[in-house]
Order: sequence, then C-alpha cells, then structure tokens
Amino acid sequence: MTSPLEQKKIRITGPSMVTANRTWDGAVVYRTAKQGWSTELSDSAIVTTSDEARALLAEATADDVGAVGPYIAPVELKDGGKVKPGNLREHIRAKGVTIDLQVPA
Amino acid sequence: MPLVKQGRITTDLFVHVADGAELPGDGAVLVTAERFLADPEALLRRPGKLGVLWPNNRSLDDLVPHLDRLASVALVFPTFRDGRAYSQARLLRERYGYDGELRATGQILRDQFVFMTRAGFDAFEVKKDADADAFAQTMKRYSVFYQPTGDGRVTALNRRMQLRHSESAGQ
Amino acid sequence: MYAYDELDRTLINERVSEFRDQVKRRLSGELTEDEFKILRLQNGVYLQLHAYMFRVAIPYGTLSSKQLRRLAHVARRYDRGYGHFTTRQNIQFNWIKLAELPDALSDLAEVGIHAMQTSGNNMRNVTSDQWAGVAPGEIEDPRIWSELIRQHTTLHPEFSFLPRKFKIAITAAEHDRAAIKIHDIGLRLHKNGDGETGFEVLVGGGLGRTPFIAKTIKPFVPGRDILSYIEAILRVYNQYGRRDNIYKARIKILVHELGIEKFAKEVEEEWKAMGDVGLTLDHAAIEEVRSRFSYPAYEKLPHMPDELKQAAHDPLFERWRKNSVSAHKVQGYSIVTLSLKPVGGPPGDATAEQMDAVADLADKYSFGEIRVGHEQNLALPHVAKRDLPLLFKALDRLGLATPNVNLVTDIIACPGLDYCSLANARSIPIAQELTRRFANHDTADLIGRLHINISGCINACGHHHVGHIGILGVEKNGEEFYQITIGGRADENAQLGTLIGPAVPYAEVADVIEDIVEAYLALRDRPEELFVDTVKRLGVEPIRERVYATR
Ligand code: HEM
Ligand code: SF4
Repeated sequence: MTSPLEQKKIRITGPSMVTANRTWDGAVVYRTAKQGWSTELSDSAIVTTSDEARALLAEATADDVGAVGPYIAPVELKDGGKVKPGNLREHIRAKGVTIDLQVPA
Repeated sequence: MPLVKQGRITTDLFVHVADGAELPGDGAVLVTAERFLADPEALLRRPGKLGVLWPNNRSLDDLVPHLDRLASVALVFPTFRDGRAYSQARLLRERYGYDGELRATGQILRDQFVFMTRAGFDAFEVKKDADADAFAQTMKRYSVFYQPTGDGRVTALNRRMQLRHSESAGQ
Repeated sequence: MYAYDELDRTLINERVSEFRDQVKRRLSGELTEDEFKILRLQNGVYLQLHAYMFRVAIPYGTLSSKQLRRLAHVARRYDRGYGHFTTRQNIQFNWIKLAELPDALSDLAEVGIHAMQTSGNNMRNVTSDQWAGVAPGEIEDPRIWSELIRQHTTLHPEFSFLPRKFKIAITAAEHDRAAIKIHDIGLRLHKNGDGETGFEVLVGGGLGRTPFIAKTIKPFVPGRDILSYIEAILRVYNQYGRRDNIYKARIKILVHELGIEKFAKEVEEEWKAMGDVGLTLDHAAIEEVRSRFSYPAYEKLPHMPDELKQAAHDPLFERWRKNSVSAHKVQGYSIVTLSLKPVGGPPGDATAEQMDAVADLADKYSFGEIRVGHEQNLALPHVAKRDLPLLFKALDRLGLATPNVNLVTDIIACPGLDYCSLANARSIPIAQELTRRFANHDTADLIGRLHINISGCINACGHHHVGHIGILGVEKNGEEFYQITIGGRADENAQLGTLIGPAVPYAEVADVIEDIVEAYLALRDRPEELFVDTVKRLGVEPIRERVYATR
C-alpha cells in the first residue's frame, strides 16, 4: 500500500490545516500543533507552505487509530487571528448542514 | 507468516520458489504457473511434492489436466477486495473434483476464513498471527448458511424442509 | 409480511457478533482503517462529512410497525432523531458513532432488521415494487422471489468481493415501480406460453458516470432456475468484470465491452456447465418461503363506503385522495402513499416521532404493515376505504399528507454536499427551494406528473439521469454548478435524459427549472400530455430555446 503522501502531489496555495474524522465517533477533528486532534477549528495547526503541509499530513496520517482519512484543507485567516473554513465543504463540516431540519411539533 | 491447515497452525512444508531461483533437490515446493507450464513433466518427476501458485486472472483450463498429480494449488488474493479466487476455488473443488490441498495466499484476514472454507480452501497463509490464532474460534462464528457449496454444509432452506418433514411425519 | 424464523434470526445475530469483533479490533488498532473500510462497508457503514453514516436494509420495502418503531428508537437513541429513506429501500442514519454501532445493530436484530450488504462490492439489498402483493393485476407477489434471492445472496461465499456493487430489482406488475432497467440485474416476473411462471432477465443497467439501460439477456428463465441463472451471471462477472478502474467495474461496462450477445453466451455456457448444484428451486422450496409471508385477513367491504361519500365534500381530503390513494387488489381497500416531501423539507427524511406515529397508524389502519418505495416515500398498503378520512386527518397533523405524490415537488434527491464526502454540490437545498417555488398545489396539479431527480455528483444516487428533469451537481472553480437534463424516465420505458444547456450556478437552478416547466406548459398539446411525452414529441430544442433565449 502506497501512502497517501506518495499518491498525491501536495501543493497548497494559501493557509491550510489538516482535518479528518475521529475514529470512535466520526466527529470532525482538526490536527493540532501538539500532535493531537481537536474538534475546534481554532485549535488547528495552520501551515502556509507545501513542505509544512506535507509534514503535518504525514504526522497526522501516522495516527491511524485516532482519526480516519486525514487530508489538507484550506482556511481563511481573519483579522485578529480568527480561523474560518476555506471552502463550502469545510464550512459545512465545521458548522453543520445548510438545511433547516424540520422537526414537527 | 503462519500457515493454518486442518484448522490448526502448522509448519509449512512447502517452499515458495521464485521464478528463476534454483529448485531445492527434494522437499515440497510451490512454483508459479509460468514455471510449471513451461515443463510440467520435469517438475512432476522431481522427488518431493509439487504445488502450483495459480494467478487469479488466468483460466483454469491449463491447470485442470494436471490436477490429480498436484499436492497443492495455491490461489491468490492480491488484496482482500479481489474475490476472483473464490470462484476459482469452487470450480476446482466442485466442478473439477480437485481434492488436494487448496491454499489461500495473499491478503488473508480472519474475516475471510468462513467464506474461504465454504469455497473449498483448506490451507491459509494468514497475514497476522492474531488472526491465525483465532482460526478455530472464527470458524465457529456462523452456524447458519443460506447457499449450498461443495463444503456440504446444510443450507437453511434444507434444514427448514427437513424440519417441516419431521414435523408432519410426527403427526 | 415475511416472518423470520430461528435460522434467520440466528444468522443476523451471528453477523452482529462478528461485526462487534471487527469494530473492537478497529478501535484497538488491530485493524488499520484500510483493512477495516471494506469490513465496515460490508455492513452499511460509510464515512461522510460529519460522521459515520449507517445504512439499514428494508428488504423489498416491507416493514412491520414493530420494525419501524425500532428504527425510530435507533434514530433517537444513537442518532439525532431522524432518518433518511433512500431510493433503494434502505434507511440511513447520518450521525452514528462507530463505538455504538454494534449496540444499534443488536437492537435492530431483535426485530429482524440488519445492515448486511447495504454497501460494499457485494450483492446489495434486493429491491422490489413497494406495492408488491397488493397491486391489482400482479402475476404473483414478487417478494417471495425477492426473499429467496435475498437469502441466496446474503453472505455468499463466492460473491462477497465482486469487482463492484451489485443490485437486483424485481417487479411483477405491468407498471415497473422498481426501476429494474437501471439495475445490474432486473427481473420481470411473467408467465410464458405454457402458463409457467418465470423471469425476463435484464442485465447491465446502472447510472453513475456511464449510465446504461439494462438489456434483456434471456426472455424467459423458469422460476425454479432463477438462482442458478443468477449464479452463472455473477460467476462470469466475478471473473471478467474489470478491477483496474473503479469507474469501469460495474457489470454494465462488462456487458457493454463484450456486447450483450457475447456476454449472454458466456453466461449460457457457464450455466450449462454448472449442472445440478443444488440451486434448483422445487415446488416445496418455493412454498416453504411463500408460507412464511402472511397476508391480512381482509374483510368484505363495499367499494364505496358512506364515510368516503361524505368526506368527498372536503376539498382538501379529495385533493389528497386523488393524489395519494391508489387502487388495491381487494375491493374496499386502498394503498395510501405517505409523502415524505413536505414543502421546504429535505426529501425522504422522517423524524423518530413521525416513524412512531406512522407505526401506530399502520397498526390501526393497515394491519401493522408499512412499505418503502424508491421514490423515498412510505406507503400503508392495506387501508380500508372507510378509514381514509380519519387517516387523512392523522397524516395531515404529522405533516405526511402533502398531496404531491408523483408531482413536481415529489423530488428525489441524494444527500449531496450537506452530508456526502464525494459531493460536488448540494442537493437538498435545491430540492427545498423547488418545493417552495411550486408550493401551490393547484399549479402542481396543473403541471401533472413530473419527476425531478437531483444528484450532488456523478455517482447519481439521486438517479438524475432518469428524472423527467435531472439535476446534477458539478464543480466549477470551487463554485457549485448544476447540469440539467430533460426527458429521462425510470419506468418500463426507461430512458436517459438529454442535457438542455450549459451548467448553471446554484442561485439560478430554481429559475431555470421554473422556465423549463413554463416552456412545457406552453408547448404541450393538451393538458394530459405529460412533461416527458412533450419532450419526446418535440425533442429538447424547443424547450432549450425558450429557457436559454434570455440567458
Ligand atoms: C452519503 C453517502 C453515500 C455515498 C458515499 C454514496 C456513494 C455512491 C457511489 C460511489 C455510487 C456509484 C457507484 C458506482 O457507480 O459504481 C453510488 C450509487 C448509487 N447510490 Fe449512493 N451514496 C450515498 C448515499 C446514497 C443515498 C442517500 C442514496 C439514496 C437516496 C443512494 C442511492 C444510490 C443509488 C440508487 C446508486 C446507483 C446508481 C447506479 O446504478 O449507478 N446513495 N452511491
Ligand atoms: S450522488 Fe454523489 S453527492 Fe449524492 S450521495 Fe451519491 S455520492 Fe454523494
């Protein structure tokens, strides 16, 4: 089995993080700078170069027991250091579905 | 890599011999289909048991004429997603009447043991020790089978009809 | 209803305990995700955007009230209080925790429900007409055969690792409600010249990236031989189906590449070579399965009870009755479809409360039985006509009496980017917006039968190719865009839709669909001419002109 690192070329064009789903419950998690996982996007380690991204992904991928399917995804850095999801998919993963679920009274 | 045979971990008497590598003077060997087909007679004359490693994308037609002189046929699961060798196994056992060792090689986990046994395999080169250790346990996992195969296990449908029969006979 | 016996129950429990072991090994790290993935998929567990998704089989779309209550329990106890009925007679839970899954499976097993082979490259849940056994004019109840095939394909020792997933659907009625022509194997039950029951066998249908309508491989296979014939097809497929490219691995590609004649020849040879391998279904075997389907003790009831005559004065009731109530084979009874497509709601979702309430209504009015159809709606299959007015009131209170069955707002949609990790674009909000645009039921009635199908990517889970109007999410420079096709259909005249023009952005989809519908209203030659028939008569061009003239 080739590792995902050899499979795909990694090139990032802006600030990015590594995200995955936690193994035991599937929750969306972000790789932290302390080599752990957090459910808060604001805790994620932010990388800005492709080399850093590759290293962060490799380190995250090594934790196969903790989380499933890590990949690199874009973030937006707002003034004051706030981190926002960088695309619609990550927005939905962070904030939930865009549908109002109707639960009748 | 442990070998499970007749339900137990056993020493593998067969040596896998790569193409081009020299054959040991005696003892059981497993050779590739190519090597075998290049000169079957020479290999069969050699002292020591002979087994053939048959790829899962090759028709069985070239193998069938030699079956009764082979001590082992090893079929291949390059990944455990690739299920072609299940069909080959059933054909060898059920259609061509092969009754020597039928060995599963490649990516073998405990989760395939029941399927493989039902398809006719009786020897397993298991990837992980823990899975090999769990063989007997795993084989006890299922007691109900819906399909008839050459392994002779009674299907659910037949059990029901037998039950029905004995019920009505008892009345 | 099919009643599980001790053997069926034992098997399900054995499967649960095996899966429990697999989950344990995964959580302890003994299994890598790479190894576990295929094992979880064999049991209906996907990983979506937010969590694991868990797909549970509803074989041939039949549920007892007890089973539906248990599904409600799973939604409540292990998920977020709702479930999603899919186009293949399954229900999905979107927020299940892997660590709790074995318990959820045990709870379901107690009522004879499982998730075996609801995903993965194996033989999937065998689907059938949701009106099986109650539709007028059926050859016989196709569920007998569905159940025989379900058993035969469950944990099959040879075909659990096929090149790709494999779906079988069966119909026994003139009108195909099971979409058999877009399945890997489609079976149409019919009688031959000698009055013998058997199947027309179709093969190689499927949607996805390369859609194909299934072709007939054999016009008549006697019922007793159907298992061996299916076995022969699968053996040929298992050997020769492509494994080098997942987009070319479905049987449809093999059939296409070999040609149906060559493929049929291979199957025929294999079938002949098989000989007697214990798969022939003799009369006793078929009767054994038939005997475990129970049918209600129907009363002798009038065709037109007083209750119905009185209620006819209520226009809301009448609108619903005309839309959602269908003819039953027994006089005095009806089949009632429960729309899971409320205006503004996500298509196919039901809350735990709704499920419980439907279970209660089924007990009261439908001999405890519920059906699930591929259009993502439910049905109560045995409602006495005299009970229709009371049932209507109860359904209306639950939000399950939207009179839009088969109309423009009865939209089939996949989960799309709101849930699915493979999606390019959202599906559900598009469906919601369309139901708001066409919320006026008079307008919808005026438009008539019109199926809109939405998929969030080319995998086509929302069957967009065969929607009268099909909407497919694509991605352009990180934005959601949608390709629109018209003229597709999924029934006995199955047909793939034709692209109407360039893809449009998210915000414009509903406008374009409105324009398409308006063009149709202007172009149809009489009110009875359905949308698809107008498209068939005129082709795409006149509609394209009207819709894209101003764009
Ligand atoms: C959200 C998780 C889902 C995932 C990851 C998923 C994945 C897929 C994939 C990869 C395919 C294409 C397979 C192929 O062509 O070989 C497919 C097809 C299909 N899916 Fe899904 N699906 C999901 C949900 C659903 C839902 C909710 C439904 C029903 C509403 C559904 C119904 C179908 C159907 C009917 C097909 C068959 C189309 C065909 O014949 O090619 N899926 N799905
Ligand atoms: S069609 Fe695509 S987006 Fe929709 S559920 Fe299927 S895989 Fe997901």
